Amino acid sequence: MASMPDMSEHATRAARWRPAEIVFWLALLACGFLFPSRYLIMTEILRLGLFALSLDLILGYAGIVSLGHAAFFGVGAYSAGLIALHGFIPEPVLALIAAGLIAAVLGFFTSFLVIRGVDLTRLMVTLGIALLLEALAEKFSDITGGTDGLQGIVIQPIFGLFAFDIFGKVGFFYNLAVLFVLFLLARCIVHSPFGLSLRAIRNNPLRASAIGIPVNRRLIAIYTLAAFYAGVAGAVFTQTTALASLDVFSFERSADLMLVLVLGGTGYLYGGLIGAVVFKVLQDVFSSITPQYWMFWIGLVFVVVVMIGRERLHRWVMWLPHRVVQQFGRKASAAVSGGDAS
Amino acid sequence: MTTLLTILFDGVAYGMLLFVLACGLAVTLGLMNFVNLAHGAFAVAGGYVCAVLVNQSGWPFFAALPLAFVASALIGVVFERGLYRHLYTRGHLDQVLFSIGLVFMAVAAVDYIMGSSRVFIKLPAVLDGQIDFFGVGIGRYRLMIIVICGLLTLGLQLILSRTRFGSRLRASVDDPRAASGLGINVPQVFALTFAFGCGLAGLGGALSAEILGLDPYFPLKFMIYFLIVVTVGGSSSITGPFLASLLLGIGDVAGKYYVPKLGPFIIYAIMIVILIWRPNGLFGRTAAR
Repeated sequence: MASMPDMSEHATRAARWRPAEIVFWLALLACGFLFPSRYLIMTEILRLGLFALSLDLILGYAGIVSLGHAAFFGVGAYSAGLIALHGFIPEPVLALIAAGLIAAVLGFFTSFLVIRGVDLTRLMVTLGIALLLEALAEKFSDITGGTDGLQGIVIQPIFGLFAFDIFGKVGFFYNLAVLFVLFLLARCIVHSPFGLSLRAIRNNPLRASAIGIPVNRRLIAIYTLAAFYAGVAGAVFTQTTALASLDVFSFERSADLMLVLVLGGTGYLYGGLIGAVVFKVLQDVFSSITPQYWMFWIGLVFVVVVMIGRERLHRWVMWLPHRVVQQFGRKASAAVSGGDAS
Repeated sequence: MTTLLTILFDGVAYGMLLFVLACGLAVTLGLMNFVNLAHGAFAVAGGYVCAVLVNQSGWPFFAALPLAFVASALIGVVFERGLYRHLYTRGHLDQVLFSIGLVFMAVAAVDYIMGSSRVFIKLPAVLDGQIDFFGVGIGRYRLMIIVICGLLTLGLQLILSRTRFGSRLRASVDDPRAASGLGINVPQVFALTFAFGCGLAGLGGALSAEILGLDPYFPLKFMIYFLIVVTVGGSSSITGPFLASLLLGIGDVAGKYYVPKLGPFIIYAIMIVILIWRPNGLFGRTAAR
């Protein structure tokens, strides 16, 4: 039993805030004041980061490969749009939570389909659910506006105080606040015993159940939570762009999301945020070179990332930070120690 | 009654086409447990080769079909040896990412080279119009598809069950380790089968230009259909995917005719239900190990 205090001490140490993390968040906040002309793209990055954070919860921590995570994003987006359009809940923050909860309900019910079967079945079922929702949204055009999307959404001021402006300043800080709050929540969750048990399941479901972890219940819980996060990301999308169209469900959105997360690295929560920055920069560069064919280069990035190998890539990228940290006489690295990429 | 028969006939033609398009994928999934979402890209390659040969070089349609097969098979073997084989041992996430990347590249590349509009292949006059068969209108083109695909299916079944290569392949599917222990060159068997599957997809792509529509987004649009065929049918035999494609074809055509409002909704819903009910596919033993 001598190892028990060691383990809890190790877990507590892993959960402690590191200086690099505080610097990261301060830098994000500083961006809001340093680049006032770039609010729109920065908001996009934050939104994508939040969405990727949601995928990280199930992919990086629970090992569920999903090809249809856009389903929850889309449900959140349409829910927020419909709520605002019909004025059910005029206050955006409450509407945001409501949209997230609607996505979470969908996540809860579909989780039973997802936990059954192996990787391939999961892929098919998640992909199928997203396609099914897209088909539904297209068919029930009297509710969703069909291919035109929801039009005429007007978002009320946040708390009745901060109205969304055309430069996207309020949108950016709103997004940042939502991201930060949800990130804190996710950070608490993944460092809790619940989060540790999820990692055990990811590494070996059989062993995890042998030591008494209720595998299926844990997977349902995290899947529902991830659906909530994705729903919130979708709702933020609708609220900051006043737009909800069919492409929120598209396969490309789910596929790009995987690339975002893989670029940043899975299983340490910051991967999605870093990946979102890298992805948007790449997208910007590619579409400035070839506006029509940037998809080719994004595809090439997918292939190259896989061929080089994700672990190796992260080792290369983290080489300099590791060196810097080592120079200052510290053994633990700043960012990637929360867990190995799955 | 006659509409019912016409729907049935169209559905069978559609299903057979799907089978030719997707049966290569059954091997990739069943033999190497590789999730290859880029299978449709090989079909597009074949379709465009055929279109260029027929429309621009003036080849006869029936001479261009085998070349579509050969071209796709060659591309397939190059990709298998060059890229795919490095990823057999990786996790499914890597395979999914890699093949999605290939799809994206293929879509953009075809768009760049051939333009984004739908391509039509000039058909010989023999294939135009319908034959009246006891009051049931039978499209000549669809009849040809049924004949070609039916013969191919029979041939595949014979190769699998009667030839030495077929038994090697079946042995490798059942247990790759034991098979290689018995002296079967499993990577070689797989490379050949992969190339053959890609060739079939290319042939299917050329045939589908008339029915499914051939444009750069083909691999993305029909990816789910190929995957449905394989996951629902299972990949332990040829008959599983064959029956699954027939079901899918007839279901899709009938669904579009009788309840056009629901569109593809029914297909997806049925697929999810089947996968919940039998995660290894309707007819499969080892669909996904």
